[in-house]
Amino acid sequence: MNETARQHGAETHAAVLTATNVTRRFGGLVAVNNVSFEVRPGEILGLIGPNGAGKTTMFDLLAGSILPTSGEIRLNGTLVSGEAAHLRIGRGLGRTFQIPRPLPNLTLIENVMLAAQGQTGERLLANFITPWRVAGEEKAAAKKAVELLELVSLSRLAHQPARVLSGGQRKLLELARVMMADPAIILLDEPAAGVNATLLEVIIDRIRDINKSGITFLLIEHNIDMVTRLCHRVLVMASGELICEGTADEVARDPRVIEAYLGGTA
Amino acid sequence: MMDLIGYAAFFLTAALIFSLITLGLNLQWGLTGLFNVGLAGFVAIGAYTSALLTTPDDPARLGGFGLPILIGWLGAMVVGGLAAALTGYATLRLRSDYLAITTFGVAVVVQLVALNAQPLTGGPFGIGFIPRPFGGLAETPLLFNLSNLAIVLAVTLAAYLALEHLSRSPWGRVLKALREDERAAVSLGKSARFYRVQAFAVGGAIMALAGALQAHFIGFIAPDNYLPILTFQVWVMLIVGGSGSNIGAVAGSVLVWAIWAGSGALTSMLFSPEQQARAAALQIVAIGVMLCVILLVRPSGLFGDRPRRLRAAKAAPSAAPESRGP
Repeated sequence: MNETARQHGAETHAAVLTATNVTRRFGGLVAVNNVSFEVRPGEILGLIGPNGAGKTTMFDLLAGSILPTSGEIRLNGTLVSGEAAHLRIGRGLGRTFQIPRPLPNLTLIENVMLAAQGQTGERLLANFITPWRVAGEEKAAAKKAVELLELVSLSRLAHQPARVLSGGQRKLLELARVMMADPAIILLDEPAAGVNATLLEVIIDRIRDINKSGITFLLIEHNIDMVTRLCHRVLVMASGELICEGTADEVARDPRVIEAYLGGTA
Repeated sequence: MMDLIGYAAFFLTAALIFSLITLGLNLQWGLTGLFNVGLAGFVAIGAYTSALLTTPDDPARLGGFGLPILIGWLGAMVVGGLAAALTGYATLRLRSDYLAITTFGVAVVVQLVALNAQPLTGGPFGIGFIPRPFGGLAETPLLFNLSNLAIVLAVTLAAYLALEHLSRSPWGRVLKALREDERAAVSLGKSARFYRVQAFAVGGAIMALAGALQAHFIGFIAPDNYLPILTFQVWVMLIVGGSGSNIGAVAGSVLVWAIWAGSGALTSMLFSPEQQARAAALQIVAIGVMLCVILLVRPSGLFGDRPRRLRAAKAAPSAAPESRGP
């Protein structure tokens, strides 16, 4: 465990994101069963577990794409679990997708600019009533978008449609895009999946850089090497339940985790 | 020569009214990806609203209210926009083909109401005596046609410029994002519901305005004007012109209307009067063939959004970011 991680483990800030007794049923299936945890400010928290453990459902609950059957989700202390998904990014929670969702026929810069929050020009009439204000905000947004694209080494493709990007580049674009909204916490769904080794290093470096600038991360990942290198703490889910919590080394040695991954009789 | 100019003005007026409908559809489909197959209903709502507001009092039905034409047009936009917003709100949960079926149903309902609600719409006999702008000039057809053209041109141009401004605005960017990937747009803080209803409402208001213009241009409306064939024509216009492009919407409308009118003239020349009703079906065949050719040769239409972007991107892969500032 490195220095930063220990520091984060010891500090007791108010949590950025808390889940309290969150349950989600799909008919008879309990995809997420009574899960509680908190994400502390400034940490990189990993969420791992075998396939079908309920990780992505947990993500969708946190991001608001689906509503919990019961339980509470709080973002910086505010209860958000009943709110529509589109309101969550304005409250500081951004997400990426397991299979990236770039807007294929919009250029990269348009993709990133779209994520700017509270834009006057997104109101229909404002484009006719205060066009100068819209133009000013657009200029500022374009500048920031280019900087973010530079951060993820995509600025030379800024005016290409996003469909030309490779799988790994799409993940980087999603990262730049979500950064545009100035989130307090970013949920990353399998940032390493389907990414070649070189680009993976870029992604890891960028996540680390962004984290150093004060942004909290919660990430689902199967790549244990990446989890060990990046995450200060790790949560393990299996069969919809949270079975273990600790540093990467701790959870790797936990018999419950080994059982969940390898099967066997308890 | 004068006749030719007169006819050209008449032709262009009709074509530009279609352009206006197509512009409304382009906002809904080209930009936002809303599959509206019921646009004839919104055109009808605009035409009937304006007719009711502006015709002289008629004891056989509600109204008319004898209001100025401009009030009729504004009323058409308001009622058409509200009807479209309501449709958009009611169909929030529907996607693609399900949305298409529902909007088609809306158009059929509107047409049947127009046909049967005699005290409101005049039923199958329609509404006549719709005041025509520059009606005083009707004695001199050329001047009358040219002034009609001028007014329709002005309205279409205004709509075109406003829509072009909007499609380049952050508002338009949100609509495009919803077209491309609704879930991604929602995750970035855009309310899919709110913007879908807006796209429906603005598009519907434009279609209704076109309906009103057409009603005042011809002076008479009847339910038969708003059959599904109208929806088909406008869709072909948008596909031929290039979905997503406003200039394509206008060009496609003029081109398709030229072929429609031209094939109509041709059949009336080639066939004897008793065969002409049947020969009229050839117009639809001509349009259908044209649609097939366009889809084969230029799948994204004459001014389609996508190839242009691709070309622009190829031409300037390393363009300075500032050069595309707002």
